[in-house]
Amino acid sequence: MSKLISGATGEWEVVIGLEVHAQITSNAKLFSGAATEFGAEPNTQVSLVDAAMPGMLPVINAYCVEQAVRTGLALEAQINLYSIFDRKNYFYADLPQGYQISQYKQPVVGEGIITLDLKDGETKDVGIERLHLEQDAGKSMHDQHPTMTYVDLNRSGVALMEIVSKPDMRSSEEAGAYLKKLRTILRYIGTCDGNMEQGSMRADVNVSVRRPGGPLGTRCEIKNVNSVRFVQQAIEYEARRQIDVIEDGGKIVQETRLYDVAQGVTRSMRSKEEAHDYRYFPDPDLLPLELDPAWVDKIKAGLPELPDEKKNRLMRDFGLSVYDAGVMVSEPEIGVYFEEVARGRDPKQASNWVTGSLFAALNAKGVSITESPVTAANLGKLIDLIADNTISGRIAKDVFEIMVETGGDPAKIVEEKGLKQITDTGFIEGIVEKIIAENPGQVAQYDGGANPKVIGWFVGQVMKQSQGKANPAQVNELLKKKLG
Amino acid sequence: MSELTDLTIAGALSGLDKGEFTSRELTRAYIAEVENGRALNAFTTETPEKALEMAGAADAARRSGDAGPLNGIPLAIKDLFCTKGVLTTASSHILHGFKPPYESSVTSNLWRDGAVMLGKVSLDEFAMGSSNETSFYGPVQNPWRTTDGKARVPGGSSGGSAAAVAARMAAAATGTDTGGSIRQPASFCGLAGIKPTYGRCSRWGIIAFASSLDQAGPITRTVEDAAIMLRSMAGYDPKDSTSINTPVPDYRKALTGDIRGLKIGIPQEYRMDGTPPDVLALWDRGIQWMKDAGAQIVDISLPHTKYALATYYIVAPAEASSNLARYDGVRYGLREQGGNLIEMYENTRGAGFGEEVQRRILIGTYVLSAGYYDAYYLKAQKVRTLIAQDFEQAFGRVDAILTPTAPCSAFSPGEKSDDPISMYLNDVFTVPASLAGIPGMSVPAGVCGAGLPLGLQILGRPFEEETVLKVGHVIEQAAGFSARPRIWWKEAA
Repeated sequence: MSKLISGATGEWEVVIGLEVHAQITSNAKLFSGAATEFGAEPNTQVSLVDAAMPGMLPVINAYCVEQAVRTGLALEAQINLYSIFDRKNYFYADLPQGYQISQYKQPVVGEGIITLDLKDGETKDVGIERLHLEQDAGKSMHDQHPTMTYVDLNRSGVALMEIVSKPDMRSSEEAGAYLKKLRTILRYIGTCDGNMEQGSMRADVNVSVRRPGGPLGTRCEIKNVNSVRFVQQAIEYEARRQIDVIEDGGKIVQETRLYDVAQGVTRSMRSKEEAHDYRYFPDPDLLPLELDPAWVDKIKAGLPELPDEKKNRLMRDFGLSVYDAGVMVSEPEIGVYFEEVARGRDPKQASNWVTGSLFAALNAKGVSITESPVTAANLGKLIDLIADNTISGRIAKDVFEIMVETGGDPAKIVEEKGLKQITDTGFIEGIVEKIIAENPGQVAQYDGGANPKVIGWFVGQVMKQSQGKANPAQVNELLKKKLG
Repeated sequence: MSELTDLTIAGALSGLDKGEFTSRELTRAYIAEVENGRALNAFTTETPEKALEMAGAADAARRSGDAGPLNGIPLAIKDLFCTKGVLTTASSHILHGFKPPYESSVTSNLWRDGAVMLGKVSLDEFAMGSSNETSFYGPVQNPWRTTDGKARVPGGSSGGSAAAVAARMAAAATGTDTGGSIRQPASFCGLAGIKPTYGRCSRWGIIAFASSLDQAGPITRTVEDAAIMLRSMAGYDPKDSTSINTPVPDYRKALTGDIRGLKIGIPQEYRMDGTPPDVLALWDRGIQWMKDAGAQIVDISLPHTKYALATYYIVAPAEASSNLARYDGVRYGLREQGGNLIEMYENTRGAGFGEEVQRRILIGTYVLSAGYYDAYYLKAQKVRTLIAQDFEQAFGRVDAILTPTAPCSAFSPGEKSDDPISMYLNDVFTVPASLAGIPGMSVPAGVCGAGLPLGLQILGRPFEEETVLKVGHVIEQAAGFSARPRIWWKEAA
């Protein structure tokens, strides 16, 4: 798969780095005890610290640090036992302190790695440059009043992890895979819900283009993109824009850009010259963050099985393909569901049911696997009913449809609807004989097996006559015998 | 009744304990003095009703045997401490009308121990100044005047605190010290004032000037009163990450008068050119008092002293420029409208901050700017470490250090206000200890030729306030400082 982009003057390579802001799953903010619930009434989750009242001081929330360390460990990253909180100074109405507390030169987490799952089971390692802790700002609302701006400080002070990748990605697909994989890992370890629509995960995208193998080009940063799809679209657009500029004899200027979702274009926000001078300096209200190595080890020991480990285990223990295993670990809940269905059963069957009928049904209903009307236990029972010949695979599809609508137990549904498979040889034989007798033309066509395809038609007729309940294997066997 | 206001805290507590008078009586006497002393312009807000209510509660507590260590003692509170429901201004227009819905940790501790609030006292705007002339509410007068009747500044930034205590308008007052703001006004007004170790008193609820330097402490008439009041103010506070969790001793017990065998360091670098002979003579007298009391005098060197002022005037403004960013007109205090957000900021901050505050915000913004950070802020931090090491090494050889508090006695109003540098130079002896975070105290030790008080400064090891107080107490005893300002302000009223 070529990742190069053709321009008028030859091939180009796009170089991408991502800065992801992930909101830490925590009941309280990074430096205050205020709550962090999404969607609460404006300005109801604001402490004196979050509103930057005079004389208020930040106190670090140990749980948020733990979450950042957990994330670092899941990214196989270096945990810095000594890190510093800095002030990033700028004025804005939704930044009450006039500075954001962040980590500049000495972040809590250093270099790590993330393995992307690409098409056809291919993987690619992308480096993590660093992860640091910082506060979120509040929200300015410009559409509430004709001349005034309203400010909601609920988000002010909420803990974020800024996760910075190395410029290791070479296509919008890879960027998409990076975001998805990062989101999966964060969800597995419970440090961020990864919900991009609610803004709990946002990405700044750094894009540059170069001749393959050539020196790095000048990059532009596209700020605050809030879905995987938009990130990919923004990269496609931006790479093409930069190539066009260069091929037209122009130069790329380092700048910050915004992605206009409606128009599908990126626009200049501010140039390097207009960039803020943030006047970073260590926050004198906070001591350096010193971690006890034993504490870090304890967090490490408590890490759950991570997606890559789980994927390998599913391939090993259940014989799943790379693709199927990848699907099963894409969200922690899918993996849990699958394992419950597959335990003690044919894993291939389990996998087919989950990725086939179940996903189709969930999609159609627009619900997630945790809200599935068909529980893993019931899907397992359904597979058992097929395995012990209580129902045929075909009837199972009908039973599944009913389960999707009612959430019912498959055994009961089979019982109530009288869908039990017929294995009475005498009964099936009666139907077989009747069909053969009524259709001499087809019998002639079959010609004693000279034209074996015709047997399919006979099977269909018998199944129809038995309302699908006849055991297909028995039907086949009897037909072959009777037709000679 | 007026002699009630002459009592020290220790004296008043004893009288209250014996039932000679009530806290309400004591408080009424102080309220009268506050009214009589309005010509000094020390108070930004008087709270007489609150004071009487608190005094009543203190009397009730005493009757029921629940009297705290400061029960019934009327205090003035520097208007940098947030006081719940009471106007808190930092002497700045930008906090116009600001009444905090919370109480600072230090004042909470004082009220917990039964103290009574007479009101809020003035300071240099945001504690930036050494003369209390930068207050939005006008300059504070020093109760002390020269023998020929010339007006003097009370020092700063805790000038209102010092003036109120010196004029008997409060038994004592809270102060804050960033580069000398407790010690220098104490020296100028003939009072005791201690800046404890950084981290000893909580900064929570104190309006920040320079976070790594700010520290609260008492301004009192005697060393014993300072010991009593510091015990109530100090203590660990989980709401301040720089607060230190170490027990608060009963400082009064340290005042034994016995300093035999103690080693007192005399830093040669503090003998600066141009220091008035009065100041040097007082210092020599202090050295003699130490010897007389059986202490050993040791000449020491604090080689980086000459860089202290420059370091301080980089670090403090840098932190201030960031700390004061929150005064933006959005949420509280003053707002001057503008056509857009930036204009609103400019109008609000332009009108809300005085000249000195604006100057320091500009200096601070400059030294933190890209391209200047390394040359100024980073270098200043390195020098700050060297200054702290100077003290560490010295304290390997000595138990305390004796120096003058300020290079002069109280100066004239306006004398230095047009020349920021000469104003900054007034902090030359106090700033090094602030940068090192060590405890320092000024004790009244004599008067200059013009009849104005002069203080001596005692510095100690981190968290060894007891040694500082013990030495201060010996100086106080030896000096027998008994001069009082002539009461001119009542005539003025």
